[in-house]
Amino acid sequence: MASLKALKIRINSVKSTQKITKAMKMVAAAKLKRAQEAAEASRPYAERLESVVSSIASKVTVGPQSPKLLAGTGKDDVHLFVVATSDKGLAGAFNTNIVRLARKRAEELKAAGKTVKFYTIGKKGKDQLARTYRSDIVREVEPGDLGRLTFAQVQEWGADLTARFEAGEFDVAHLFFNKFVSVLTQEPTELQLMPVALSNDNAPAGASASVEYEPDEEEILADLLPRNVAVQLLRANRENAASEQGSKMTAMDNATRNAGDMINRLTVLYNRTRQAAITTELVEIISGAEAL
Amino acid sequence: MPLHFELVTPERLIRSEDVHMVVVPGAEGDFGVLEGHSPMMSTLRDGAISIYASAGATPETLTVAGGFAEVNEKGLTILAEAIQG
Repeated sequence: MASLKALKIRINSVKSTQKITKAMKMVAAAKLKRAQEAAEASRPYAERLESVVSSIASKVTVGPQSPKLLAGTGKDDVHLFVVATSDKGLAGAFNTNIVRLARKRAEELKAAGKTVKFYTIGKKGKDQLARTYRSDIVREVEPGDLGRLTFAQVQEWGADLTARFEAGEFDVAHLFFNKFVSVLTQEPTELQLMPVALSNDNAPAGASASVEYEPDEEEILADLLPRNVAVQLLRANRENAASEQGSKMTAMDNATRNAGDMINRLTVLYNRTRQAAITTELVEIISGAEAL
Repeated sequence: MPLHFELVTPERLIRSEDVHMVVVPGAEGDFGVLEGHSPMMSTLRDGAISIYASAGATPETLTVAGGFAEVNEKGLTILAEAIQG
């Protein structure tokens, strides 16, 4: 049986761990609120841009002259996975869930004879993917604190991706991130980034037929499509920021509760050990007195 | 009837208000948007937009970069990548 002193030390150490996890949980809760607000603030732009792009795209006939971002490269051989994770751990299965989904899809595509490359955002995702796909990672970027990510940063990644696409490095790009549903639920999500996947439910009503375009549709589209890539990236990272904090909050809440359970168990053990020591001492004294 | 004007950046919704007129630096020349303007879409060159809160008022100017304007029956929406001032 462990000595009383060792138990006492153990209890104190678990107590200080509990204090840390409790503080981390509260920090995450505060950051979550900010991240959620940021995610909501970036929504109007993304929604309007999407409706504009799909309304113009539905009017342009896709031909060989169309922007590649709309028409695609005409092939489907090389897939690029943009895997958005975070730089920091301690957030439960947040990063692992994204990577797991990416890995699963990569294996499916590879089994179908396609080539898969990776473009990682965030240190954690890179570390996990590098275990099996080290040579397939084309670029890795580190966003730092997801809550403080600016549009300028994301724009740079978007421009880089667009340039690689135009250069024919890949045919289809998929974006992986954790969609924020609630504090308890985050959904790993896959989204087609390039070429633009148009949802038909946004198709404009017949009334907008008389819209004037300045310059013409094709040029507007060529201007807007790269921007759309950056906006999608921003949105994914904002969702990730909120998900990361939500996930961290849950993880730290569990850790705090586990530490509490452990303290209870150790305290019971401590008391029992102390009682056993006292009993032994008493028995010794009594049997000593009787022997006299 | 005022013109409903919205100015949005990727980071947040900057303005959503009713104004008299907005002059926008279109890619092919400036144009003013009043209430009831015919629907149009235009890319913008980097420059200043002037917002007239009421007829004859001194305009308020904002410099936008990487912009796009859409006019529809609901009003004018400007999507801009960056805004100064």
